[in-house]
Amino acid sequence: MASLLFCGPKLAACGLVLSIWGVIMLAMLGIFFTTHSAVLIEDVPFTEEDMHDDETALQNIYKLYNQVGYNCFIAAVIYVGIGFLSFCQVRLNKRKEYLVH
Amino acid sequence: MCLAQLFLQSGSAYDCISELGEMGLVEFRDLNPSVSSFQRRFVSEIKRCEEMERILGYLLREIRKASIAVPEAEVPPVAPAPKNVLEIMEQLQRLEVELSEVAKNKEKLQRNLLELTEYTHMLRITRTFMRSRSRHEALGPQYEEFPSLETESVTGCTSMQRLGAKLGFISGLIQRVKVEAFERMLWRVCKGYTILSYAEVDESLADLDTGEISKNVVFLISFWGDQIGQKVQKICDCYHCHLYPHPETDEERADVMDSLRTRIQDLQNVLHRTEDYLKQVLHKASESAHSWVLQVKKMKAIYHILNLCSFDVTNKCLIAEVWCPVSDLANLRRALEEGSRKGDATVPSFVNRIPSSDTPPTLLRSNKFTSGFQSIVEAYGVGDYREASPAPYTIITFPFLFAVMFGDLGHGSVMTLFALWMVLTEKDHRRRRPGNEVIWTTFFDGRYIILMMGLFSIYTGLIYNDCFSKSLNIFGSAWSVKAMFTEHEWTNDTLQTNALLTLDPNVSGVFSGPYPLGIDPIWNMAVNRLTFLNSYKMKMSVIIGVIHMSFGVVLSVFNHLHFRQKFKIYLLFLPELLFLLCLFGYLVFMIFYKWLAFSVRDSQLAPSILIHFINMFLMQENATTPLYPGQVCVCVCVCVCMCVDQCTRV
Repeated sequence: MASLLFCGPKLAACGLVLSIWGVIMLAMLGIFFTTHSAVLIEDVPFTEEDMHDDETALQNIYKLYNQVGYNCFIAAVIYVGIGFLSFCQVRLNKRKEYLVH
Repeated sequence: MCLAQLFLQSGSAYDCISELGEMGLVEFRDLNPSVSSFQRRFVSEIKRCEEMERILGYLLREIRKASIAVPEAEVPPVAPAPKNVLEIMEQLQRLEVELSEVAKNKEKLQRNLLELTEYTHMLRITRTFMRSRSRHEALGPQYEEFPSLETESVTGCTSMQRLGAKLGFISGLIQRVKVEAFERMLWRVCKGYTILSYAEVDESLADLDTGEISKNVVFLISFWGDQIGQKVQKICDCYHCHLYPHPETDEERADVMDSLRTRIQDLQNVLHRTEDYLKQVLHKASESAHSWVLQVKKMKAIYHILNLCSFDVTNKCLIAEVWCPVSDLANLRRALEEGSRKGDATVPSFVNRIPSSDTPPTLLRSNKFTSGFQSIVEAYGVGDYREASPAPYTIITFPFLFAVMFGDLGHGSVMTLFALWMVLTEKDHRRRRPGNEVIWTTFFDGRYIILMMGLFSIYTGLIYNDCFSKSLNIFGSAWSVKAMFTEHEWTNDTLQTNALLTLDPNVSGVFSGPYPLGIDPIWNMAVNRLTFLNSYKMKMSVIIGVIHMSFGVVLSVFNHLHFRQKFKIYLLFLPELLFLLCLFGYLVFMIFYKWLAFSVRDSQLAPSILIHFINMFLMQENATTPLYPGQVCVCVCVCVCMCVDQCTRV
């Protein structure tokens, strides 16, 4: 079986740190978007038509909020995957260190 | 702090100083300032220490080259007693001799190996030359009397000798980069009486002298005549070729190759064993290398201190003058007793306090928390004896001013967590990293400073309502947009025709009172956020800065009082304070006045403080309304005051 190791120890550690940060931050962002926090309004992709719909304007905006929130959660899951991969690389690198050359 | 005289008995002087050194209590004065360092008493001991340091340096370099880890002891070792020193010295010298011998042998063996390898390559490749040559008969005119080389392989290549013409061969190795020049030189010098064949060696070999790896080429020169032979020899020397004897017959060649093969194998075996042995020796030495280094350092320091002492008349006792804190005199006595006991002295050493009118050195005790702040303050200068030290105040003011500038709740908490991790795991870090990376040492030594900075940043982040650059809505915003509609200020048309609108706090219901703690979260969504925040932060910074500066100036009063220089209070402190308060204190006063005197209703009329301030200096009449009645008068007074103040200072 070919070696599963494809990156060195520093790249793996870097990936691990980034993934942990990504998971935490994107999860929190997802939560704040799904609770319709007003401060994040600039990142919600609403258009003029959404605003002109008098009855459902609020619901439209909320729907967009939820969409962005779900995107954040999906990105967090992807980071979990990358984090797991980096963790495996870190472990493989450590194991390689102990092998006699 | 007091000046004390130590009377140390010669036999136990070393141990007493060792004890004092371990405790780190006193500062020694040099009692032999006129004596040069080569004439002092313990010069030979210091030379011995330096010799040991040299050997240890060589040893550590070898250990590091072999990539062996040097373990460090948990507790740093004490300086060795003089009787153990000889033992250590002996061990070190033996190690040095052994190591240098082994290294020399290794080098010789490696040279040999390289030569033999080159010889093997040469033999192998020249065989192909001979084979091909014998097939093509490129040896010049054909002599019918002589049978071809194929059938008469016994005679070999020197068959030409029968003619009386001596055919000589020179073979060897040369670096690839030099081959063309070599060939050309041969052609020009020998005028075509030589034939050069060469082929490259596949393996890159390391050069014997320089150690660099380069490609080599095996060459074979055949020539007629002696003179040509000498010329060719000289040219080969010129180009630093490695020459090896060329075998006459094929059998000889085969024999030589066989013997070479066995020799190479033997050499490799021996080299392998040598390396193993070297590693073993280094491994054993590495166990105690670190403690030796510390011991030798301590010993050298003790002898330096002993050099500072003077011998008394009877030559039995060493006298040292030290500065010692009065509260530590008991510890000093105890250390001397301990030292005398260790040195098996018949007469114990004792300490005698003497009066002195010199200014003692400044001792500022600090623990692991305050040492970071103390070192920052010392970067500006160390205070005189008994001067008021500003370091305790910097524990709060320095991180707080940092936090005023930083002011983010989220990033502050990340900083706090990082510092907290460093503080909680400080025992491991102190042991593990002795200081190879400068950046990490800087962070680690300042871990308490970073912790304080982080904590204060969390507080100012709450005040500025800034968490990763977004505001937190904890209490509910005090501004209401709906009120603008219920009071009929805005309609749907206004929304559609204007891109930006300003909420008017004069309209009832829009502004329901200040936010309980910090800046209202609605500002995060306002376009004119920075305009408001800049003004607010600048005013706050000026107020905090002026208070800080005045505090610093007031601290000097304590110094003047302590050193009984009352005139300095009148001539230094008062003018400084007056100048500061007239200038910036007046600015702070204007800030507060503007905050209190102008309300929401007449905020349009509020004048700019900055313009008023500048106009005060330029003595211009302002076109705008004054900030308060009688302002002109006050301004003039303030300016006159400052001028007078400057004159007194000069």
